[in-house]
Amino acid sequence: MSPDSTRRQRLRTLVQKVAGKPAPDDEQESLFESGLLDSFALPDLVSAIETEFGVKVPDSDLNPRKFDSIERMDAYLADRTQ
Amino acid sequence: MTAHLHAFGAFLPERVVANAELAERLGCTSEWIEKVSGIQERRWAAPETTVADMAIAAAEDCLGKAGIAASTLGMLIVASGSGARGFPGPAAEVAARLGMDSAPALDLPIASAGSLFGLALAMQMTEIYGDVLVVGAEKMSAVIQTEPLDQNTAILFGDGAGAVLVSAQTGRWRLLDAVLHTDGQYRGDLALDGIGPLRMNGLTVILQAARKMPASITEVLERQNISAQQVSVFLLHQANLNLLTRVGKALGVRPETVFSNVQRYGNTSSASMLIAASEWVAGNPEPGPIVFSAFGAGFHWGAIVADART
Repeated sequence: MSPDSTRRQRLRTLVQKVAGKPAPDDEQESLFESGLLDSFALPDLVSAIETEFGVKVPDSDLNPRKFDSIERMDAYLADRTQ
Repeated sequence: MTAHLHAFGAFLPERVVANAELAERLGCTSEWIEKVSGIQERRWAAPETTVADMAIAAAEDCLGKAGIAASTLGMLIVASGSGARGFPGPAAEVAARLGMDSAPALDLPIASAGSLFGLALAMQMTEIYGDVLVVGAEKMSAVIQTEPLDQNTAILFGDGAGAVLVSAQTGRWRLLDAVLHTDGQYRGDLALDGIGPLRMNGLTVILQAARKMPASITEVLERQNISAQQVSVFLLHQANLNLLTRVGKALGVRPETVFSNVQRYGNTSSASMLIAASEWVAGNPEPGPIVFSAFGAGFHWGAIVADART
């Protein structure tokens, strides 16, 4: 599925809300390795995604790699809505 | 099945290791350590002090408060992930030095959730074996001081021991229910192979713990028709203050009902929940439902609910 620019923009807004800083321009950049988010921001980010997109992220999908970048979050949500 | 909590006990080494001491060794700041963990200081045992030494001290504190002799115990359960040898674990030594001659002594080498699993087992065992003493004891300073120090784990852990006496005889709190879970697919995300170093995938641990601890607490409370808001205190594994705060928020409870002493002792792994309980009881709290919960290596997690005796 091609990137969904609207969804990615919503994800960028969520990341900024959780991090308190703007999301990186590079949508492949790791949000955690870059230091934008720490480990305790990750549960908050997942909860924000669930609320924003009306999805329930099951425990089996609680893999940090799925939420490591804007691109990966977008891919995860694309899979969920296929 | 009727099982009651009679008394708690604790032991903490004398040596206080403040953040400033660790920060100098790790090349970070005291403020950063406190920001990411909530920890201000922790206790480290002397080099010659063993897990068994600390377990015995906590056991004796607990038995003294309960007013019973170790020789009358029907079973001993010792939880520890930092015992000195592969086998036998510390339970046999603790039993022998307490003066237990033939009652079974069981090791639970599952670290953080060990005392929770021990308490849940004791609930079932006490009708068969009589009084069961559960001890959690850890010498995490020996684990985290493997050179080169890992900043992410060295800041977190401390040493200590906690204990609880469980009996079929009526006591101060009746144990109502327990839920235990294990998901072994994450066994590599928090693990200690041999003497070290400790491996911890912090992102995965926090993500899973922040979801699974509140879920298991909700699971056990719903089975007993008790709301989280009715609970007097949540006595949780003291992993990290940020995690404790998130669990409280997820449950929608008042922050003061989530007991914390991680600021002073750090994460003492399996010992932490029982040390917390011992300190909480020492404050002579009002009666009401209490909840225990832990999450850790394995991943193992769960929750137990008790209430004032009925």
